[in-house]
Amino acid sequence: MMILMDDTATGGRSAGSFQGKPRPGDRVFAGTALGAGILILVILAAVTAFLLIQGVPGMLADPADAPTTLGQSASFWHYVGPLAFGTVWASLLALLFAVPLSIGIALFISHYAPRKLAALLGYVIDLLAAVPSVVYGLWGITVFAPAVVPIYTWLNAHLGWIPLFAGTVSVTGRTILTAAMVLAVMVLPIITAICREVFLQTPRLHEEAALALGATRWEMIRMAVLPFARPGIISGAMLGLGRALGETMAVAMVLSASGIVTFQLLTAANPSTIPANIALKFGEAGYGLNVNVLIGTGLVLFVVTFAVNALARWIVNRRKDFSGAN
Amino acid sequence: MTTVATTKTTLSSLTGGELPRWTPWAVLAAAQALGLVVLGTANLAGAIVSGVVLYLVTIAALSGVVEGRRKATDRLVTSLVVAAFVIATVPLVSVTWTALSLGLRRFDAVFFTHSMAGVVGEGGGALHAIIGTLLITLAATVISVPIGLMTSIYLVEYGRGPLARVITFFVDVMTGIPSIVAGLFAYALFSMMFGPGHRSGISGAVALSVLMIPVVVRSSEEMLRIVPNELREAAYALGVPKWLTIVKVVLPTCIAGIMTGVVLAIARVIGETAPLLLTAGYIANMNYNLFADRMTTLPLFVFTTYRNSGGTDVTDLDRAWAGSLVLILIVLALNLAARLIARYFAPKTGR
Amino acid sequence: MSKRIDVADLNVYYGKFRAVEDVTMTIEPRSVTAFIGPSGCGKSTFLRTLNRMHEVIPGAYVEGTVTMDGENLYGPGVDPVRVRRQIGMVFQRPNPFPTMSIKENVLAGVTLNNRRMSASDKEELVERSLRGANLWEEVKNRLGLPGSGLSGGQQQRLCIARAIAMAPDVLLMDEPCSALDPISTLAIEDLIGELKANYTVVIVTHNMQQAARVSDTTAFFNIAGTGAPGKLIEMDHTEKIFHNPSQKATEDYITGRFG
Repeated sequence: MMILMDDTATGGRSAGSFQGKPRPGDRVFAGTALGAGILILVILAAVTAFLLIQGVPGMLADPADAPTTLGQSASFWHYVGPLAFGTVWASLLALLFAVPLSIGIALFISHYAPRKLAALLGYVIDLLAAVPSVVYGLWGITVFAPAVVPIYTWLNAHLGWIPLFAGTVSVTGRTILTAAMVLAVMVLPIITAICREVFLQTPRLHEEAALALGATRWEMIRMAVLPFARPGIISGAMLGLGRALGETMAVAMVLSASGIVTFQLLTAANPSTIPANIALKFGEAGYGLNVNVLIGTGLVLFVVTFAVNALARWIVNRRKDFSGAN
Repeated sequence: MTTVATTKTTLSSLTGGELPRWTPWAVLAAAQALGLVVLGTANLAGAIVSGVVLYLVTIAALSGVVEGRRKATDRLVTSLVVAAFVIATVPLVSVTWTALSLGLRRFDAVFFTHSMAGVVGEGGGALHAIIGTLLITLAATVISVPIGLMTSIYLVEYGRGPLARVITFFVDVMTGIPSIVAGLFAYALFSMMFGPGHRSGISGAVALSVLMIPVVVRSSEEMLRIVPNELREAAYALGVPKWLTIVKVVLPTCIAGIMTGVVLAIARVIGETAPLLLTAGYIANMNYNLFADRMTTLPLFVFTTYRNSGGTDVTDLDRAWAGSLVLILIVLALNLAARLIARYFAPKTGR
Repeated sequence: MSKRIDVADLNVYYGKFRAVEDVTMTIEPRSVTAFIGPSGCGKSTFLRTLNRMHEVIPGAYVEGTVTMDGENLYGPGVDPVRVRRQIGMVFQRPNPFPTMSIKENVLAGVTLNNRRMSASDKEELVERSLRGANLWEEVKNRLGLPGSGLSGGQQQRLCIARAIAMAPDVLLMDEPCSALDPISTLAIEDLIGELKANYTVVIVTHNMQQAARVSDTTAFFNIAGTGAPGKLIEMDHTEKIFHNPSQKATEDYITGRFG
């Protein structure tokens, strides 16, 4: 068969020469891509810089100059201390509910539910993440808080000797325990998603080895799935913690805060959190030093969440090095 | 005859005591009935919870006696795992039910055609908030998608060595920025440029971009990495320059995935409240200009009307729930759109 | 448009690791040259240096010269993109572009490079290239359908059509049949026999019978051990390599006494 090929077929290139001017398209495109990457570093540097520029004056402020925020406190650190406590306390309580539930849900989807149903159930849990936080706030304050009051009363009456449940029960239900449970619902999908993923990555051979030894389903999960997934669960919990620490609206709306430090879960006097405090005080702070104080608290929050997230990433990355799953 | 005997002994050694298949359901029904009888229908939640606890104890005990300890633990864990899932659906059902039942009261034409300008008492709507949400989210998308997409292209197609690692690390850091901190940043940036107390739609869009960019980078990066290297090599072997290979071969192959990621990123930031509270603020009037004056968004509308209600004013509460319902519907629609894009715009394999 | 390739003292490195050592050879135009040898002997790596495709792998570079009709591929100012437009390549696994139809795949080299061409020229080029790849009769009624819907063997012939649509001088094939069934393999081998009338064809293969069937010249590559670079042991007429090789290593490999 004859194949006739001539240069006109490809638009008449100058045959035989490899020489050519460098293509501007390649340089422009590569430069733009690099520029975008560097822009991200610039944005992050700007976030840090602006928080520092605007926050540090607030951190060093004399309480007399910032009456709306520092009015009751001896210094910035006396002001941010209880808020930081409230932030961490509410988030840890939220994790206490969310982590066991998430593991259970993830196991249900990965190892218990029928295959065909699993994707749908996963979607249902993802829907929890789709609900905006302001809606959770509204739901928490109008529906959830009143609903839990009877339970709080019961806990206080029967288990009041435990310090956590002591004190006078809030009549509105807008306590830190309620806020923590709403937070738990919000971080649940995050932790579940990560747990589900690592559970599904469990080497099939390990699972079959356990089953071949005569293990029940739970024994197989305990022998093969959970040990493999532990770093994933931990990092999922840390990412959930990072999200809970920064969550603003749900806490701002649900919690009836008075800025004190207490471990009592059921009373009307609760510690506030940094983000909720910023959201609620920002309007009345106007501008000037009061805003600087609030930005200073935001800086503290940024540092804390950064540390938590960095730790979580470090755990995830360490896991990558040691497992063959990737 | 002997064969029959052998079969019988083998069978009996393989089958331990086993509860019939219907046992768990029967026990659950009985436990719930008992809970209802003892606690009555007045405390429905309490009755159901005690019923579940009773079920867990009974099934474990029953299985322990008939099937042995190992099987009993297995049954207990199975029940707990199912219970965890059911518990998680309770808030979802409750939120959906409340948003529907309360939100539909004001889900009317007036709500979608009026702002809150000059409204005292009944009436008024969220048109200004819906327009504001669309404008601010659109602006945030216009800022975030080019930066996010080009960064992911850099990381996948060009990035080698320390700079790529640094960018990857800081994208991770950016993912963890609390939304209120993004709001503080945008506020600080704009008030230093345009004077303290500055409020505008664009500053809200900048705050949202800080939250949106890392999401776009992550999802696009994942999609670009899925594109097989063989396709890139095929294009190179045809003498196609690298940038044309990326634009004409790599991107078209994974465009559906990238679009899905972008839509999901939009769905994530469209419900953000805290950063907008600090940057775009709230106003009762219409505002079509991103660059001047406050601009209301739906989440802020919900938050402010709830605040105005003082927790009791039904008119305001109904508005807040109607706003929530609209917001939920928008987010659901975006999620659905993402799924449809992923399904219908994926490369056709023809097989 | 067939051209001769001369390789002199070529070394290929991946970072510090030397993958191929001191290759010198001449590849004749209008002929089929086969590279054979055990896995990891560097024959595919070496093939890629003939159109600078190895540069896609980070850290890979060469020392030495490759000239095509006297022009050095690695000379100063040489644009690898232009090199690849004149030296086409077909890969192990068929890789048609999934977003393109059969017709668009054939025209990919033209359209991706933003070249203008009239619709009738395009039609003609598509038909000529597909006929050249022995695929025209099978696909002429479904040119608008996705290329990924074809069978593996058809996909590979589509990739060959895509390569020859660029009117290259040389066609490199990296184990083009290793992912195909025997019948598809036969179709490709027949095609290779026809292609050599117009192109310089270089093929890497694991299959010695295939090398014996399709090639005029055969080059045997070998490797001393893991971590050692691959070397060209012997290159000669295919007849000679398979019946009377001058090196013991070649004979061992041909007769299956390798390893």
